[in-house]
Order: sequence, then C-alpha cells, then structure tokens
Amino acid sequence: MIRVQSEDFDIGRELAALTDGRTDVGGLACFVGLVRDFVEPGAGTDTAAIRGMTLEHYPGMTEKMLADIEAEANRRWPLQASLVIHRYGTLKPGDRIVLVAATAAHREDAIQAVSFLIDWLKTKAPFWKLEDTAEGPRWVAAKESDDVLAARWLRK
Amino acid sequence: MKVLYFAWLRTRIGTGEETVAPPASVVTAGQLLDWLAGRSEKHAEALKNRSLVRIAINQEFAGPEAPVKAGDEVALFPPVTGGSAAGPQDCCAERSGGG
Repeated sequence: MIRVQSEDFDIGRELAALTDGRTDVGGLACFVGLVRDFVEPGAGTDTAAIRGMTLEHYPGMTEKMLADIEAEANRRWPLQASLVIHRYGTLKPGDRIVLVAATAAHREDAIQAVSFLIDWLKTKAPFWKLEDTAEGPRWVAAKESDDVLAARWLRK
Repeated sequence: MKVLYFAWLRTRIGTGEETVAPPASVVTAGQLLDWLAGRSEKHAEALKNRSLVRIAINQEFAGPEAPVKAGDEVALFPPVTGGSAAGPQDCCAERSGGG
C-alpha cells in the first residue's frame, strides 16, 4: 500500500495493521526516516543547523512512482504485505518523514525488500527537500551515495 | 502543452506551471528545453546547467531525446531528494526574494 500525506503516522498502529489477524507472517521489517537537525561535518560548504524542512513533491507522479517501486519489490521477493508512507509539507527536526515496511514468511525477504524500497524511493520518487537553516533556506542536492545505494539493486 | 517546474527550478523561474505552444520544429524534450530557455532570462538561468535538470513526460522519467507533442504534461525538476538523510551532502543556497 502507498500513502502520500502531510500528516504524521503512528508507527505502532501501521505495523500492527500489517500482521493483524494473520498467522502466516514469519517476519516484519521496517525503516523509519526522520528529519535530522545537522549536516555532517565536512559534508558541504557549511554546517548550519537545520531548523526544519519543507518537502515538495509532484502530486500524481509521486503516487505512480511509489506504486511502481512497491510492485517491483513484490516481484522480487515473496512478500505478504508492503507499505510505504511518505510525508510532504513542513517538518521539524525529529519528525518522521517516511515509513517503509514489509512482511514475509521468511525474515530475509522482508529485510531485503525494505532495504530495496528505501534505496529506490530515494532516487526515483519525485520529492525535494528545502531546508530551513540559520543562513536561510536551501535546496538539498541529490547525493551520489544514494545513486550508488540504488544501483546495487539493478539487475545484471 | 503543460510545463511544470519543481523545487529550485520553480523558484528561479518564478512559476510552477505554464501552458506553452512551442513551434512545430520542437519535437524532443531537449529541443523543448532549448526553446523554454529562450522565454526569459530567468528560464535561461534556471535551465543553464542541463546536468541538473530531470525530465518527466506524462509523469514518466524521460531523456532529452524523448518525443514531446501537444497535450503532453512535461515536468522539469532537479534530481530527487526524498526519504531521509543517508550520507554527506552538498547543498545549494536558495536565493530569497529573487522572483
């Protein structure tokens, strides 16, 4: 399931819903992404503290890309359920941005699928972050490291 | 044809959406970008570095050689940055009040 929303989500409730009423689930894996209040030292031209951020997205294409990525995860691993929730709008440090979860009969399938989902989401879903820093707003640039992480899932 | 701009392309150009009617000689996305760059100084500035511009045609990623036609929805935006922080990153300052 895919959800793109401005409001927060309840991790416990979302994860419980993936397994409620089922007795065939062997493992539930999840990843939660949060807004961080710092840039790593040496990472760029400055290390101004991050006061918050605004996530912009492309309504329509976002849902389409997330659904495509989820479908690809389900083709690659025998999942029983999968869930991607991505927020947009104004967020502050500590806020949750994204939840990715998957259930499978075997843990390795669930863990691999979650890792794949977050890596591909980062390079394919049309979201852009505008950070609010002490020196003013700035757009976050895409990272080569994310492309490297996404590329490891390309099929040879 | 509807053209959408996101993130710093939107703020630098000063609009998130415009309806355009390029000449018949514009048949690919790359030619459309060349033509859009001629619309104003802001367009030219925002579209100057093509390596930073991603293209989607009717909500599908496309390359500069992809065909475009009347009625298409063409979106132009920088490389995407969703999810959460992973590693070191470079940031570009957003000019405030510029448009």
